This record gives sequence, structure tokens and C-alpha cells, in this order.
Amino acid sequence: MRRTADVVVVGAGAVGAACAYFAARAGLDVQVVERGRVLGGTSSACEGNVLVSDKEVGPELDLARYSNRVWREDLGEFGGLWEFEAKGGLVVAATDSGARGLAELAGGQRAAGVVAEDVAEDDIASFEPNIRQGLRAAVHYPQDAQLQPMLMTAHLLRLTRQRGGAVATGTPVTGYLRDGDRVTGVRTPRGDVSAAHVVNAAGPWLSEVAALAGVDVPVLPRRGFVLVTEPRPKTVHHKVYAAEYVAGTQSSDTGLQTSPVVEGTPSGTILIGSSRERVGFDRTVALPVLRELAAKAVDLFPVLAGVQVLRAYLGFRPYCPDHLPVIGPDPRAPGLWHAGGHEGAGIGLSAGTGKLLAQALAGHHTDIELAPFDPARFATETT
Amino acid sequence: MTDRFDLAVVGAGPAGLAAAVTAAEQGLRVGLVDAAARPGGQYWRHPAESVSQRDGHGTRTFRDLRRRLRALRDRGVLTYLPDRQVWFVERDEDGHVLRFTGTTTAAGGVLRSRALVLCPGGYDRQLPVPGWDLPGVMAAGGVQALLKGNRTLAGRRAVIAGTGPFLLPVATALADAGVEVVAVCEANHVTGWARNPLGAMAVPTKAVEALGYAAALLRHRVPYRMRTAVTAIHGTEEVEAVTLSAVDAEGRVITDRGRVEVDLVALGWGFTPSLELVTAVGADTRKDVDGSLVACVDEWQRASAPGVYVAGEATGVGGAELAVAEGELAGLTAASDLGGRRPARRVRELPVRGLRVGGLRVGRLRAAIRRRRAFATAMHLAHPVPAAWPDWLTPETTVCRCEEVTAGEVCRARDDLGAVDVRTVKLLARPGMGWCQGRICGYATAVLAAAGSGDQPSADDLRSLAHRSICAPVSLAELADSHPDSPPPDHQP
Repeated sequence: MRRTADVVVVGAGAVGAACAYFAARAGLDVQVVERGRVLGGTSSACEGNVLVSDKEVGPELDLARYSNRVWREDLGEFGGLWEFEAKGGLVVAATDSGARGLAELAGGQRAAGVVAEDVAEDDIASFEPNIRQGLRAAVHYPQDAQLQPMLMTAHLLRLTRQRGGAVATGTPVTGYLRDGDRVTGVRTPRGDVSAAHVVNAAGPWLSEVAALAGVDVPVLPRRGFVLVTEPRPKTVHHKVYAAEYVAGTQSSDTGLQTSPVVEGTPSGTILIGSSRERVGFDRTVALPVLRELAAKAVDLFPVLAGVQVLRAYLGFRPYCPDHLPVIGPDPRAPGLWHAGGHEGAGIGLSAGTGKLLAQALAGHHTDIELAPFDPARFATETT
Repeated sequence: MTDRFDLAVVGAGPAGLAAAVTAAEQGLRVGLVDAAARPGGQYWRHPAESVSQRDGHGTRTFRDLRRRLRALRDRGVLTYLPDRQVWFVERDEDGHVLRFTGTTTAAGGVLRSRALVLCPGGYDRQLPVPGWDLPGVMAAGGVQALLKGNRTLAGRRAVIAGTGPFLLPVATALADAGVEVVAVCEANHVTGWARNPLGAMAVPTKAVEALGYAAALLRHRVPYRMRTAVTAIHGTEEVEAVTLSAVDAEGRVITDRGRVEVDLVALGWGFTPSLELVTAVGADTRKDVDGSLVACVDEWQRASAPGVYVAGEATGVGGAELAVAEGELAGLTAASDLGGRRPARRVRELPVRGLRVGGLRVGRLRAAIRRRRAFATAMHLAHPVPAAWPDWLTPETTVCRCEEVTAGEVCRARDDLGAVDVRTVKLLARPGMGWCQGRICGYATAVLAAAGSGDQPSADDLRSLAHRSICAPVSLAELADSHPDSPPPDHQP
């Protein structure tokens, strides 16, 4: 492990890996520190979404569109390494009110530059031959994509090392080096690392890492389950989800919510989400949640009824009360930066987040405004 | 609650049968769930109703347990649920809830109980070797199951390789069935027994049994080659030949002993206990002397999770006789802990260290368990998996057959992508992500992952392999219909 670096990145998940990679690419000397092993947290317990379809018009949609370009352009050459698949999303509505809500959402997104194609009721089957009958409306989002998040994270860390960066696992941050208010490095059981900048990319544990510097950043875990089926011949062609999913992601309810999200993977398995509940870091497998996911998936794709579920996994989305990520320097502890709180969109938004953060770290103007994601918004709330 | 059993027993092999029968005879209302269509487990696997004397020792024990099972079932105190696979277990306020899938002949459902005896048994531990995915290569246990199950011959000319005394009965059974057994290849040296003679001597019947197999092998003129391994298997469509190698104590190849033409290869590297249910109930586990993850139990077969008992291979691989003794003790302990509904008439009640049933019987059982456990430990120490087996692989050797992952891909995930443990290797290279969920390739993958840092798999590595949120495949429709208020199973099977 380095004793000095330009940037210490805390956390070797997708967001940490993307920040490290873009910082290294910008010529900065990067040290990643990870308390566990690579892929120990949320990045290995998600679906690998790269979506624009599920974002309402606003700063998060801007970030999603930007990140979508970064995946295809800056990182396009590596797409094959992490199974980047531009398969498109299909959002469906089963009721008239759902259809109206979807039309309104898609209209706004279109005005903001998203490609959102209305699909006539009769045409839905041509997109998804196995989907249920009687859906009222659907919108096709060709920009939606999927990637394999574990491979993406591991390869970005490998590319970071290739550019001179270092990754230390089994290295928890226990505190910071300080010079007055300023954060000048991290303390770990394996020694101190002094750095001009420390990037807190600890995912759902971002609050804990921030608290070590005496600053409060309200990122909370929001639990989700995913079912994985046996490998099958291609059954589901797009990322398919119900219009209610968008409402679910934007809600702040602590209780259980589920909405069907179904998609195939290159390995032939089908991933079935989605659930959200605020239960802390409880790792108990909750059968009622799995039951709802299964029921809703079979409702959407009746052909799946006899398909075997091989496993289920759970993960913790890093959730901010205002549903916006936290990206940028923390004025309460100069030298400390945060990159996290992307909730269920961290994989898709990681590339854009990493590139923007690297621009800011290098003192450059960022491609899009970081102001909406400013950690200082929590400083003003608490004072 | 009327729909709650006193005791649920999972698995109707030697341990589970003994536990269920014993507990029911002690007055508990018992539900016995098993994945197979007939009782007996992997060990007592018999075609239909015929059990001949040729099926070896323990048959009398099996017949006795099966007779008692039927009698208890007829009296309505034991509900036997064959053909059901438990896919989920959870605690509730009054005990445990088991959920099982059905088959074409049996409905899926729920079984609630105050306490739980887990006797999940185990399966063959497999090591990859070049060509092991060719048709004609089988795990030794699989070969024996075929012979016991429907008497079909898996080949005409066979080699048996691996380590441990289990190679002998497999070779004998094949030879008896008319297969030409060209060699039994034992990777270790049998002087290994001398390291722990007390353990080996603890069970004299085992020595007699070994002599019997040795005599049978002699009769069939089967050569028994020590420090010899099958290090490659050749063939295009199916097995045609194997390469035999002389190996040192660590399994490193010393000399090539040439190709031998065979059409059947039986590989036996011991057994891996099934720990899904044990980890699912949150019971403590540990790494046993043979490198397998096993359940921690106290001297009464109690696991660390409240109301859970474990017996048989899941507490440490040790064979059928040990399993029967542990199962019986688990049944007695559970009856005592739950306070059997009526006093046990068949045994004298003695207060033995808090256990109120049959002190003499318990003392005898515990002595038998100690003796057989010592024997099993000696056996494991004498027949370790040779540490250098990964040297036999080429980068093209398949490690995970379900997902078609090669040794090269596993090593790339480890060396290039920083996957230092089996969990991360699985996430990045997908071994163990397919149908068998790592039951076949898990051990090998864990060893290859840990080898990157010169280690053996840790107990935590093995735990991550054993842990499954869903313990067996279940259809989406069944999962969707698994309502919390599902009715209990019929009491008459």
C-alpha cells in the first residue's frame, strides 16, 4: 500500500472503481482502500442496470443520460469485458391509469432528450413474445442497457492498477489524518496514507465513513431481493418492468414495496426484482418478499410459472432521503469528497459519477453541474 | 397448535431414519421429509422392495428401521413424506417451518414443528482432472448408486481412483457385477493408517470388512496401486483411456505409468456433507479434518441454533453406522428436551446429565459414537485429498460443468481480477452458478481460489459455498403460491 497518494478512494465497489479509474486516467496517483474484499457489497448484489427510463426529469436524469454516454464512448472499448448489452428497456402498464402515468413520464423524458418510443397495444408482443395479454400501454427505451456489475468493477480496478493505481483489500478506514478541519489522508490498521483528496465511495456504508470525519451524510440502506432462475433459451428480450416501478424508486416509504422487473442475462438466467424496504442491514431471507417477486413475475410473464428459481440474493441500496446521489467535496471537511447514495442506480450512474468526480478533483470544469448533488445540502439542513 | 409436529426430521437416510423412529417411539409426533421416493438415503439405496443379503452389512439395521417406520406410520404417530425436497426453512415463534417442493406424485407444502433434526447426508466430493467431463467418468458414489439402484452396468472395463476405503466396496461391487476392474488407484499410502492406530483399531468390524474387500479384490485379480492417481482421462465422444501417474505424498506426479484403456472411470475423493439447511437455520459450522464444512454439535447432537439437532454426515463424514448412532441419540435428546408426551415405557428413565431417557442406551450410544468418530478421523487423516492435485489440471480443464468454466478462467479471475476467495471467483467467472449451485465444483473452486495466496480454503470460504438463500430449486409458481397459511401435509401418506 502507498504511504502517499493524490487520491485515496474508500470502497472497491462500482462507484469506487469508476472514481479510481477516471482519477488514474486523469494522471492522478490513486490508492483504493477496501475494508473487505473487492465486490463485497451492493455491486455484487444488484442487476447491473444502466437505465434512463426509470428517471423522472431532473438532475438524476441528466446524470443518467451523461453516464449512458460515458459507458458507450469513454468506456465503449471495454464493454465486452463486462457484457455491456444495449438491449433496451420496455416499460409496460396494465391499467388505464398506469398508461396515463407512463405517457406523462415518457413525454417529459422525451422533451429532455431521452429516446422513448410509444408501443401500440398490438405491438407489445412483437417486442416481448412471452409477455402476458391485456397490457394497456408500453414504452420502449432503446438507450437502456445492462452490464455485468462484478466484471465491470473488477476490470475497472484492474485498469486502475494498469495505470499505476493500487488497490488494498482488507483495509478498513478507521479515521482520518487531519490538519485543522482539512482531511489530509486516512488511517488504517495497515498504516496511514496521506493524500490531497479522500473520496468516500463506501456505498450504503457511506454515512459511517463520513461520520469518522465528524460529518453527517444521510445515506441509508434500502434492502432489495433478486431471484435468479435456471438458465433458459432467450425468453425475455429487454429489461421489462411495470410502470409502477418508477413510483416505487421515488417513494420514501419504509415499508415493503415490490414491482416486477424481469430481464434475461447473457448466461441465460433470468433476474427477477424488485423489492425495496428499509430494514437496516438485516440479511434475513424474507420469504414474503420472494413470494411477491415470484407472483408478479409470473403475472407479467406467465410462461415463467414452471421455471425453477435456483437462488435469491439480497443487497442494500444506498438511499438518500431526497433520492439524489451525493457527489462532490464536503465543505465541512475540506479534502473529503463523497461519491454515493445512488440508490438502485449506482451501476448505471457509476461511470458518469467517476468521470465528473475526476474532473472536479483535477480542478477542471465538470461536464455537467455537480451542484444538485452537493454534499453541502445536508450541511445547511443541519445548521 | 394441532397442525404442528413435535419434531421434523429432514432426510430418511441412516441418521434420519434412526432419529425419526427413535423420537416417535419416545412419544413425539414426528414428520419425516425426504427427497427420495423410498427410505434409506444414499447409503441404503435399493431397488423397489428387494433387499438381498448381497447388499452388505447394515442391511439388518435398515430392515429393522424400515419395519419400525412402517409400524409408527400405521399407528399415526409418524408422518412420512417421501419425494419432497426442502427448499426453505425458517424459525417462527413456536419452532421451525419447513417448506418443501412436491413432485408429480406428491404435493408440495409446509411442515411446522417444535424442533428440527437435520440429517441431510452428503454427496461425492469431486476433483476435476483433464477429461473428467467425458461420458463414462463418474463419481464413485454415483457408480455405487447405479449398481445398487437398478443394477445397470456403467461400463465394461473400469479404473477406480481417488483415496479412501470407499474405493474398495465400489471396486468389489463392479467386479462382482462382471466389470473388468483394471486397477484401484489409491493416491495415498496405506501406511497412513499407522499414524493413528488407536483410531483405526477402535472399530474392529471395519478391519474385518476391509479384509473382506481385500479378499474379493484378490479373487477378482484386481491390482491395488498405492500412491497412484488418474491424472488425465482421454477420449473424444466418451472415455477411451486414462493416464496413470505415480505420485508423491503431496500428489505431485513422479512418473507417468502409461495409458490404460477403459470405458468407465470411477473417481472417489470422499464426501461433502450437505450444509444448506444447517447454515439456513443459523447453526454454527466448522471445518473438519477432511477439509469439509460440518455442523458443530454438542455431545447430545444439539446444534448451536435453538431446537435444532444434527446427525449423520453433516456433523462430519463417518459412514452409516456412525450416522445411525447419531440419529438415535438425536432422537432421544429431542424427546428429552421436548418432554415426550407420554413416559417412555421401553427404556428405564435415568437422569443422565439432564437427559431423562434411557441412560444405559444413551451411554452405549455415546460410546459407539466416540469410537466410530475416532475411526472416521483416522480414516480422514490417512486419506487426505493430495494437496498438489491442481497441478494435474491444464488451463482448458473444465472445473464447472454446469456453466462450462475452465481452470484457466478461474485462475484469471483470481490472478488478474483480484478474486482471492471462492465467493469472488464465483461472481467473476461463474463456477458454481448453474444447476448444481456449486455442489460439484465448489470444493475444487475454493481450493483453486485459495491457492492464489498459497492457502487452503478457510471455514468462511466453505460457509459462503454452503449458504443458499433457497436450499433447493423451486418453481416460480410454487414460490408464488407458498402462502404462510398453507395447510399441513396429509397425515396419511
